Amino acid sequence: MAAQTIIDKLKILADAAKYDASCASSGSAKRNSLQSGGIGSTEGMGICHAYAPDGRCISLLKILMTNFCIYDCSYCINRVSSNVERARFSPQEIVRLTLDFYKRNYIEGLFLSSGVIRNADYTMEQMIEVVRTLREEHLFQGYIHLKTIPNADPILRLEAAKFADRVSINIELPKDQSIDRFAPEKSGTEIRSAMAHMRTHLDDEADKAKTALKRRVKAASPAGQSTQMIVGADAASDGDILRTSSSLYAGYGLRRVYYSAYSPIPDTSAHLPPVKTPLIREHRLYQADWLMRFYGFEIDEIAGPHRPMLDLDIDPKLAWALAARDRFPVDINRADRETLLRVPGLGVKAVNRIIAARRHGRLRYADLSRLVQSVRKIAPFIVTGDWTPGGMLDAADLRARLAPAPEQLSLL
Amino acid sequence: MIRVPLDSPNDAGEWREKARLLCSHDIPPDQAIWTAPGMPDGDLFGSGLPPEEIGSFKVSVPKIFPDLLKRAICHSDPTRFTFLYRIAWRLQRERGLLSNPGDADTVELHKLIKSVSRDCHKMKAFVRFRDIGMEAGRERFAAWFEPDHHIVELTAPFFMRRFANMDWAIYTPRRSVAWDGRTLIFGPGATRDSVPAEDAVEDQWKAYYASIFNPARVKVNAMTSEMPKKYWKNLPEAALIPDLIAGAQARVTAMQAAGPSVPNPQTDKWREKRALDEDSGLPPMGALHRQLARCRACAIGECATQAVNGEGPLDARLMIIGEQPGDEEDLRGRPFVGPAGQLLDKALGEAGIDRREVYVTNAVKHFKYSLRGKRRIHQRPTAGEISQCRDWVRREIAIVQPQLILLLGATAAYSVLETRRPMRELRQSLWTYGAVQVAITVHPSYLLRLPDADQAAAYDAFVGDLGRISRLLGRAARAGARPSAPVAVP
Repeated sequence: MAAQTIIDKLKILADAAKYDASCASSGSAKRNSLQSGGIGSTEGMGICHAYAPDGRCISLLKILMTNFCIYDCSYCINRVSSNVERARFSPQEIVRLTLDFYKRNYIEGLFLSSGVIRNADYTMEQMIEVVRTLREEHLFQGYIHLKTIPNADPILRLEAAKFADRVSINIELPKDQSIDRFAPEKSGTEIRSAMAHMRTHLDDEADKAKTALKRRVKAASPAGQSTQMIVGADAASDGDILRTSSSLYAGYGLRRVYYSAYSPIPDTSAHLPPVKTPLIREHRLYQADWLMRFYGFEIDEIAGPHRPMLDLDIDPKLAWALAARDRFPVDINRADRETLLRVPGLGVKAVNRIIAARRHGRLRYADLSRLVQSVRKIAPFIVTGDWTPGGMLDAADLRARLAPAPEQLSLL
Repeated sequence: MIRVPLDSPNDAGEWREKARLLCSHDIPPDQAIWTAPGMPDGDLFGSGLPPEEIGSFKVSVPKIFPDLLKRAICHSDPTRFTFLYRIAWRLQRERGLLSNPGDADTVELHKLIKSVSRDCHKMKAFVRFRDIGMEAGRERFAAWFEPDHHIVELTAPFFMRRFANMDWAIYTPRRSVAWDGRTLIFGPGATRDSVPAEDAVEDQWKAYYASIFNPARVKVNAMTSEMPKKYWKNLPEAALIPDLIAGAQARVTAMQAAGPSVPNPQTDKWREKRALDEDSGLPPMGALHRQLARCRACAIGECATQAVNGEGPLDARLMIIGEQPGDEEDLRGRPFVGPAGQLLDKALGEAGIDRREVYVTNAVKHFKYSLRGKRRIHQRPTAGEISQCRDWVRREIAIVQPQLILLLGATAAYSVLETRRPMRELRQSLWTYGAVQVAITVHPSYLLRLPDADQAAAYDAFVGDLGRISRLLGRAARAGARPSAPVAVP
């Protein structure tokens, strides 16, 4: 067999990495090469340098160091029992690719993950070698996200955090039972312990950086931790999923939980459903996750035991409002921020604008068109001096009127 | 009518000078015609130039205005100068204008800014440098880009901060900028052929782009809303898009049709090797920890981070059993390291007991909590949960074989002695568990919850209890034997 070229390896190892949803490159500390020498910058807001036809942003060079793996996770294309073609980059090759791409402004940085070769510690050491070379030898100031290996020695994971902007460990599945079943070499408690250990470490380091004189001490992984959960490979309900993410956010201070709708992979395992989870389910989970983190919703309001699955046709806030019509209409001129945030169709920005604008005088219905995205959507839920929804709010067809028309795939 | 010619299409400083002059004479917006080079002059018949001296009206704008102006003036709309002047003129009368998001002019201003900011953002994202060879030891790159607005000055500092150690130039139809490692040099517009037609790394980039795309989730609209087609002609990877979309469905169908595969032969080799690792003989406490980690006998296990194992010498004479791990213990995986643990350490020290010589554990092994927003609030374990965990505690006692057990709080008492008697009563006597003497006192977290006024006395009593334990242990040590017969039976 002919030796693999860089492009051959890139094809295999990017293909293997594409099931990781995260591509965020924002929220890190500010750095730039003008101050530090070398190359690169992070300025708070991440940049998406391209978009693929799957609608996902391409911000980082997202690759596996190798897709050889001794673990046998059913949902993963790289599991030991899969017949996928294998490849392995040397640390030097990854460093070279990252710099070549970065200098051409294709990417914000590197997202490095890996199959487990030999053992967790050896794999982690190889990954650290890549990021250490980038940071120390090339003074690379761009963004680095490292997917750490849960079973690796905690010391190695902390070493990784020293160089990376973000570290992550995938929780993989919402229930421990499913992890035992589909990822026999991993365990929920091991993954959570790794997150907890990282959290206490990052908190301690952040405290040190805060109190350090002249702030010479840099906080480790300034963009924090994130994780990813596969949706639809097991029978967990949306309520189960959201409950798991809530306890991950609360316990380990995660910045993000990514949801990845299970989709069939090449060389699929017999253990898994051959059907595809609707992408809209993933989307609704993100919306619900957002409502809980930034809009003050409790899980039982969105996906309580009586209704554990999110409505796929309408967004979770609208679904909640339709079931809680007694809390409406809301007076645009009087309601407090929390109440306004619960109006379907009002986001944080629109609420800020409404609150700022009403300091300049009472708002009329016509004023709203400058402040919100769609007056039609909020109309049934609000009152102004010259508008009340009347019977609209209680009408049986309200849901049908507000549900979006079924989307059509556009052809190019 | 007054004609106001500008030298630059986007110089906020120049515009401000002229606007200040006009405002100081209170010249209304509809009396001024603003022009920049390349813009049609329109009908200027009968128009004059602005006055040369500052007028009598005092001119001022809110602090946020210059920053908004800097971006809005870069918009390519030819009426922007006049529009911005209308805002400046209105600001002399309505100071709060910009803080009213409902005002039509404020809305329009923010629309201009949003469009400029988006253009800037897309330029930072979609500029593609091509290698033009080394010179004097520095790598050199050039890019061709077509922005909608006059944004080269706005975005150049970003490229300078990011690519400080290479020489680069960005050419656009209206303006160009170059960096030589020391300064940004702005120049006139250029054409596409200022930049070479290819770059050796582009093939790698295209291979990456094609491979990172997941054909099982085609969402064309999501792509084009963020990467509109107008940018495609300058993005090397965009040439691949039509084929990727066209072939996606066939790839998914093929994956599904292929069905599950036969596990590759490597699998068994690794499975055997791992099994060997698992079976390596563990000492009793190690085996207990391994089993405990997997315990899901009740629902707490799955919510907690980890089972918190006991800690301390396995030949300890004193074993202390508390209630359950708290938030801190759950995260760190060690018993009594949170606030209650610190209080316990202090009290033990005062009573003359060295914590390092004590085996410390909990009646319930996982942290039970309820979520309130982003906080995890401790919840007492139920009788059922305590009972589920009882066997682990019994096994720990059997392994450590302490001379004396100290139970902290009602949960520990229920776990080991299966009694629900009031603490007042439990605290007064010594009890037995099998042949082991058992003493009981309050849990240190109870002390932390007391009102301030009651804390000192309760703490003293707690230290007093620990002091008695210390003396009991000392007596036993002198006797060189286990303590004498039990005092009371629950």
